[in-house]
Amino acid sequence: MWDYTPIVKDHFLNPRNVGDIPDADAVGEVGSLACGDALKLYLKLDDNKEKIVDAKFQTFGCASAIASSSALTEMVKGKTLDEALAVSNQDIAEFLGGLPEEKMHCSVMGQEALEVAIFKYRGLEVPDHDAEHDHGHAYPDYEGTLVCKCFGITDTFLKKVIADNGLTTSEQVTNFTKAGGACGSCIPKIKELIAEVLGQAKEAAAKPKLSNLKKMQLVQEVLERDIRPMLRADGGDLELIDIDGDHVQIAFRKACAGCASSGNTAKFVEMKLRELVYDGLRVQEV
Amino acid sequence: MQVIYLDNNATTKVDEAVFEEMKPYFCELYGNPSSMHYFGGQVQSKTTEARKRVADLLGASPDEIIFTACGTESDNTAIRSALEVLPDRRHIITSRVEHPAVLTQCRNLTAKGYRVTEIGVDGAGRLDMDEYKKAIDDDTAIVSFMWANNETGVIFPVEEAAAIAKANGALFHTDAVQAVGKIPINMAASKIDMLSLSGHKLHAPKGIGALYVRKGTPFRPLMVGGHQEKSRRAGTENAAAIIALGKACQLAGQFMEAENTTVKAKCNHLEKELLAAIPHARINGGGADRLPNTTSIAFEFVEGEAILLLLSELGICASSGSACTSGSLEPSHVLRAMGVPFTCAHGSIRFSLSRYTTDAEIDAVIKELPAIIARLRQMSPFGREFLK
Repeated sequence: MWDYTPIVKDHFLNPRNVGDIPDADAVGEVGSLACGDALKLYLKLDDNKEKIVDAKFQTFGCASAIASSSALTEMVKGKTLDEALAVSNQDIAEFLGGLPEEKMHCSVMGQEALEVAIFKYRGLEVPDHDAEHDHGHAYPDYEGTLVCKCFGITDTFLKKVIADNGLTTSEQVTNFTKAGGACGSCIPKIKELIAEVLGQAKEAAAKPKLSNLKKMQLVQEVLERDIRPMLRADGGDLELIDIDGDHVQIAFRKACAGCASSGNTAKFVEMKLRELVYDGLRVQEV
Repeated sequence: MQVIYLDNNATTKVDEAVFEEMKPYFCELYGNPSSMHYFGGQVQSKTTEARKRVADLLGASPDEIIFTACGTESDNTAIRSALEVLPDRRHIITSRVEHPAVLTQCRNLTAKGYRVTEIGVDGAGRLDMDEYKKAIDDDTAIVSFMWANNETGVIFPVEEAAAIAKANGALFHTDAVQAVGKIPINMAASKIDMLSLSGHKLHAPKGIGALYVRKGTPFRPLMVGGHQEKSRRAGTENAAAIIALGKACQLAGQFMEAENTTVKAKCNHLEKELLAAIPHARINGGGADRLPNTTSIAFEFVEGEAILLLLSELGICASSGSACTSGSLEPSHVLRAMGVPFTCAHGSIRFSLSRYTTDAEIDAVIKELPAIIARLRQMSPFGREFLK
């Protein structure tokens, strides 16, 4: 049984603002029947078309999806469109006293519906649904390359959620967006996106100036502490051969040697080293 | 709040008589059944009686019963044993709708070089026997099909499947955790080699199970160490729970007719009334032969977790095949294997009855559920669209 806060329970059992607004100024729709949750959000603006005077919702989904929708409508009433756009999925989760990690995607769905409604009202174009997806696009307004085919999630959308929420693992991305939660085939791609976003975040920050000696020490530390124990748990191992400038040369041992997916493992090692040491590092298998 | 417990395929209440039977074996008669002294010996005579009672329910002989800790252990033991005694055969056959106790193990074995075929089911959850007949060959070591499905209650033709396995020199195991105690089983007239059962599904406590192994079937234990269970399952016997399981099996035999008449009638009544009161609802596995106590109903355009929590507010316990109730994000593998559309799978609710279920409890569900479904559909963007 999920550990829902009393506020989540209250908003699930007594949802506020259920229904539709026939003359709504803005409508945002995300999710689908197939995906297991969907939200249609209606916003009514004041005469100056600035402030949200009324908000209503219709939601198909679990208790936390209904509670997130209810919370969202309460939060945006009285706000200007720009103020409403500043509402993040964390704000929705906080309003509810927190959501179980696995249910964070419900708060993301609320925030997206809000954004879609306002973007559309402001005349931004809505792209076609992606035909590749099995059952409709979860967030049709985030164009990009489809990453998760099971839930219809694009790289553009994933990068936004990763950055907004400071996510660092693929499990977190699944909890927040559902991407990777079904067949799991896109998890490597999600990891790449995390690395990409983290890399950008690091570049934005001051680039660390590492002496060669310090770099070598850190690389060795990360290999010993974070990587080799994991490989050993699966019967594999690796050996650090050399560090030449930014090039880290490794050789796979035991089960990793000759393993068909050692290429992925090398990528993983590179991602970890970039994340924990410095993002200019390149890993070479020798 | 009064609890209305309709989740008996998840676990059952320990029968008061079962509890009474096991009680003395904690603080008073706590001897080790393997001891030479009389104090331990009297425990052994009770576990011997329990073994006979379990065997009687299955139409088996007592030395064909091995006590284990749970259904999962029995399943694991059976499959591992078969692979060890038939080392030249590298193929496993199971079904796509098995319990994870079987399915996860089979899938893990592919990493060890075994070939695994998962036989599909039709829209009503019935096993594809043609696919099975095509898949089996002289490389098949073990076939493992569940006797009855935990989510839908659909019964598989395990006797027929066992005969086919035998003709191909393969061993046949059945996970009968949901079937034992609910439908008659007679291993004396069967070709099934191994059968798993679990105590807590038939009013015994959690933490006790059994594996039936037909006399003459080659066997390798999973747990080694002591000589308990004739060295087929080492480890000091959970004597109190074994005694409880014996009593529970004896009672299950006595209630077998009631299970298939009164309990079945209550389940049918619940199904009929809910379908009559709620539009856009359908039975998962409706066309198939099913257990007398189980019904899985799909309510379109609503999500299962929300239904369960609203039922729970009224003290009504059921379960769901929906994604949101588990850690995963997709609906149950059973419903997906059956090709149940996503629109239905997310809103599927399972009610599983027991001999303790009363008419008043069934009536309470019939009274409350239509309003819950209507309320959620009213809230759902699809409910309005499709139900106009």
